[in-house]
Amino acid sequence: MNMRKVFLNNGIYLAWIIAAISMFGSLFFSEVLLYPPCALCWYQRIAMYPLVVLLAVGMFQPIKNTVVFSLPIALIGWCIALFHNLLHYGIVSESASPCREGVSCATVYINWLGFITIPMLSFVAFSVIVIILVLLFKGEKSE
Amino acid sequence: MNKKIGLIVVSLIIIIAGFVAGSHFYKSAEKERLGFLAQENAKLYYPDYAAVYGAEDAKVVVTEFLDPECESCRMFYPKVKQALQMYSGKVKLVVRYAAFHRNSVHAIQVLEATKKQGKYWEAMDLMFKYQPLWANHHNPQPKKVFEFLPEVGINIDQLKEDMKDPEIMNIIEQDAKDLKTLNVRGTPTFFVNGKPLEQFGIGFLYSAIDNAVKENYPNS
Repeated sequence: MNMRKVFLNNGIYLAWIIAAISMFGSLFFSEVLLYPPCALCWYQRIAMYPLVVLLAVGMFQPIKNTVVFSLPIALIGWCIALFHNLLHYGIVSESASPCREGVSCATVYINWLGFITIPMLSFVAFSVIVIILVLLFKGEKSE
Repeated sequence: MNKKIGLIVVSLIIIIAGFVAGSHFYKSAEKERLGFLAQENAKLYYPDYAAVYGAEDAKVVVTEFLDPECESCRMFYPKVKQALQMYSGKVKLVVRYAAFHRNSVHAIQVLEATKKQGKYWEAMDLMFKYQPLWANHHNPQPKKVFEFLPEVGINIDQLKEDMKDPEIMNIIEQDAKDLKTLNVRGTPTFFVNGKPLEQFGIGFLYSAIDNAVKENYPNS
């Protein structure tokens, strides 16, 4: 079995496990560490949580169908995560964000090794999922 | 097919096990930290300026972080008082503030100013009783508190003057600082002799008080 075949066989599982870890990770932050999620975090959760279900079901479907349904959601999540990071790093100002009462989206809760923040984790997770889904789609097509 | 289902189930079990182990680890580490804080720095739970309800020499100290504008605090308040009466002489309540709502600071200023007229606990009762009136989230009217406070004989002109005392803002700031140290993120949050509750809930508060009373008054 070559690498491509292995990827085509396990790609959806890989994307699913990232989504599942992200979901439980975000629940850990909010339910155990009690960090209140800000508005943008909620929007990203709205994109990430259904991916856990969609991709799990997708493991039993033709790759193309799975990608067609899950990629748009992943892309939406990716865009929100990108915006959230721009806000976090001060590239976009807080006044341009949708946060009103409650938690500011620019609040930094964790900062591991100086660059790993919660929005960064989200952005990386969405990016990897998007890349996997795109590669799977392309790989399938050229099959 | 079966192999894939197995893969999903095993992965989920591993992730959930990690989640559960992580939360246990965090909770026990947090408990240890707070226990250490209680020994090191009793002022966190019982600062000199805080209002105290109950016998001065009571050995069980219940510290409540509350927000006069918080509905949940309103629901808890009579039950907390009930517990204090049940163990009269053995338990006292220390009130600290967590100004989490929009008009909390104003309400706290009012409460603190009533201390000068010796009507703090009467005012607290009224603030909670009429909370829906002045703290409606859609149409908050913080100034309405001045309409009902005379019910217990509070002089409003005097009160407004006392509210300007800069010491009140110092108290709010100190409480806000200690909130961070103690990781208080919701109201009401209780500490019984410096220990956090096992879980949020009136039942957990009662059992924590009961245990502390048994520990500190073994002969009664």
